[in-house]
Amino acid sequence: MNSLSLDRRNFLKAASAAGALAVLNRLTPAYGQSAHSGHGAMPALASMPPTVREIDLAIRRATIDLGGIAASAVAINGTVPGPLLRFREGEEAVIRVANHLAEDTSIHWHGLILPADMDGVPGVSFGGIKPGETFACRFPIRQSGTYWYHSHSGFQEQLGVFGPLVIDPVEPAPYACEREYIVILSDWTFTDPHLIYSRLKKQSNYYNHQRRTVPDFFRDAQRDGWKEAFATRREWARMRMDPTDISDLTAATFTYLINGRPPAANWTGLFQPGERVRLRFINASAATYFDVRIPGLPMTVVQADGNDVQPVTVDEFRIAIAETYDVIINPTEDRAFTLFAETMDRSGYAAGTLAPRAGMTAPLPPRRKRPLRTMADMGMEHGGSDMADMETSNSKKDAHAGHTTASAPAPAAADHSAHGGARAAMPDMPGTPSTEMPSAASPGTVTHGPDKHGAGNSMVAMSPRSRLHEPGAGLEDAGHRVLVYTDLRSLHPRPDVRPPDREIELHLTGNMERYIWGMDGKTFSEAPAPIAFKLGERVRLTFINDTMMDHPMHLHGMWSEPDNGAGAYRPKKHTIGVKPGERLSLDINADAPGFWAMHCHILYHMEAGMFRVVSVS
Amino acid sequence: MKHTHFAFLALLLSAATAHAQLHAGHGGDTMPGMATPTAPAERGAVPATGTPPHLLFGWAPPVDDRMRFNYVLIDRLEFNTGDTPDTFLWDAQGWYGGDRHKFWWKTEGTHQTQGPSAGEGEVQALYSRLVAPFWDFQIGLRYDRTWGPGPDRDRAFAVIGLTGLAPYWFEIEPALFVSEDGDVSARLTATYDALLTQRLILQPRLDVNAALQRVSEFGVGSGVNDVEIGLRLRYEIRREFAPYVGVTWRRALGNSADLAKVIGGETSILSVVIGGRAWF
Repeated sequence: MNSLSLDRRNFLKAASAAGALAVLNRLTPAYGQSAHSGHGAMPALASMPPTVREIDLAIRRATIDLGGIAASAVAINGTVPGPLLRFREGEEAVIRVANHLAEDTSIHWHGLILPADMDGVPGVSFGGIKPGETFACRFPIRQSGTYWYHSHSGFQEQLGVFGPLVIDPVEPAPYACEREYIVILSDWTFTDPHLIYSRLKKQSNYYNHQRRTVPDFFRDAQRDGWKEAFATRREWARMRMDPTDISDLTAATFTYLINGRPPAANWTGLFQPGERVRLRFINASAATYFDVRIPGLPMTVVQADGNDVQPVTVDEFRIAIAETYDVIINPTEDRAFTLFAETMDRSGYAAGTLAPRAGMTAPLPPRRKRPLRTMADMGMEHGGSDMADMETSNSKKDAHAGHTTASAPAPAAADHSAHGGARAAMPDMPGTPSTEMPSAASPGTVTHGPDKHGAGNSMVAMSPRSRLHEPGAGLEDAGHRVLVYTDLRSLHPRPDVRPPDREIELHLTGNMERYIWGMDGKTFSEAPAPIAFKLGERVRLTFINDTMMDHPMHLHGMWSEPDNGAGAYRPKKHTIGVKPGERLSLDINADAPGFWAMHCHILYHMEAGMFRVVSVS
Repeated sequence: MKHTHFAFLALLLSAATAHAQLHAGHGGDTMPGMATPTAPAERGAVPATGTPPHLLFGWAPPVDDRMRFNYVLIDRLEFNTGDTPDTFLWDAQGWYGGDRHKFWWKTEGTHQTQGPSAGEGEVQALYSRLVAPFWDFQIGLRYDRTWGPGPDRDRAFAVIGLTGLAPYWFEIEPALFVSEDGDVSARLTATYDALLTQRLILQPRLDVNAALQRVSEFGVGSGVNDVEIGLRLRYEIRREFAPYVGVTWRRALGNSADLAKVIGGETSILSVVIGGRAWF
């Protein structure tokens, strides 16, 4: 074992011991050390008595090392990302967060089901942690899986205040593996996030260096004919929308990291050929969706947002900001593989290596062309094929046709007879109650109402529709198996199959030109009143994305079940990427009293006002 | 505005009441130096008032979406040489404010750098409000001054106008002016950015001035007075800074052309410009 790495048990001891800081005070957290040999799989100890696990976290400014470049960050216990917090289901967590900054801070336990006042959102769950203060969080751990934690104060998350959190299940994990790694993805900038934000307010395409140019137009005209090229440009120009607007923030400012390491530092995870390795992916980015693949190695997705799903094998998956996915890989060859996380806008990537020995590398896959928004993204009836994607070579394809269905290998501990390529058109699982509301995953579209949401919104999706079965911008023509939300089927059927009591419709709105983001045309300060859920009711929350951006929507405190056609086997999610022009329904059991945050997890959209408070009483 | 303030006050009052109620019987187990977690009794306590928690408990709001910004754009700072004496031109604007309400200022003018010292300039101070997704409505004052041979002259105007992005990506800035003497005039500026590369940008620009009444003193005729067409090629070294070169062609029309002839000026002026654009 590499001397730099802490194994899990030592880590836990260290974390709970008084001298934890000294052990943890490194530039990179233990799991981020290169040539890391991983953690052994957790043994099952169902009969373990409930224990209190105490952890101390100190938040302070620190200089971190990014592949030889010193960066000024805000670190947790001296590292970016922060230390791995590992719990066992049934434990009582006591986490003391000490603020050594000159400003307020906070830690939100992303995806954890806990009392409202422990959720760590200043202004919603508590007043924040003042400089010099320590806040003691105490809550029972009633779930298992891969999660994360991060600051909910200002732009601190962008500055490094985030880390992984893993809870081992009481019951043995349904999928055996010999080794596991945390793979926490993030986006680092050397620019002050406040400056980034002010630049976006003044020129919202500041960081987009992939816009369409006049020469692009001539190229298109040559290929598609003048008439068609002109018609495409005219349509976008008429609406004052830019089809290259995929991400507000790009590699023009970001360096993309795996476990805190830039591509040049090549984070490496070791394996013995033949081992099954579990990779716990966490997208802790402030503003970046990643498309993850390991060329030459299929990945079997076994968990999404901490909840076990029926295994589905893919070659690539998109991870929205704040989502987590656990995959199992089984490398049998004695060679290195590249762990490649390309940004959705294709402007950059994070990369690391999985190898049998330290120091090995594999080639980087060729970079792909940046995608373009389509008319489907604008909520137009004729999706995908006719307009903006003409720049891609095989653009005449229907947006869905280029996507290969993910295949489903045998899960270790689940009936998979009904689980052949979970697609929108698939009949519901046997036993799905007939009370199920009409599935939003059905191809039907809805027409947008007359409300255009005012000056804070520059577009409406006239015919929003479900896009859960679509892989998303830039993955339509990936040429291999790509995970889609309709592939996600819970391992166990949910016990509560009540139909929703009522539906709340929320439009995700924005004015890209002015960088104003909100819901129903209003920023949080313009609509601060909580969205009221009644305790015990089952609410259908329907998002209609009127903007041309993807928004990773996160509801705190309660599970969201996307209506992806899986009936009783719907996955439980804490964050879900809502595509442009999409209508997406989440069913929520309002079982957690108190105030909760609900927001877009693009940090800059949230700060701009794409944020609401939900009350449950 | 007024009723907004009142509503806010009412909200504060109800928040204060709810706050007091919720905190009754709470206290005691605070550790020194520790932030106080909400007492278990308060967990899940949601008053029926619809008051957000930050107002209820006197906390800072969860997101700071009312941030104000200060923007300065020096759109044209250029040296102008051609059919007329060389001139120096400035054209800048900026704003301070939030998403919907801004204080907006504009200034532009020219100063002759060849021959006798002469020039003209103006300053505008405007309240600007986002009235549509791509449009700001602006209202305020403009002050003009000319100098040069002879006595300096000045006048003031009331201004209403729009600024924003028209379909097909045209930046449009129409404005209507009423001078202190009651003379009405109008101006339209339109620009378009054509990206030759990600950094090399060709910008056609159109300026049109029109007036309802003839004001000989300022060389203004009635009708469309002049049209200026410009073509500038800039290179964005950074987003915020771009040097440029260009050509402009200015044509005085109708009465204004006649007035220009009377004072011996040109009615059609072709110039080469070199300058820089910057913002922060």
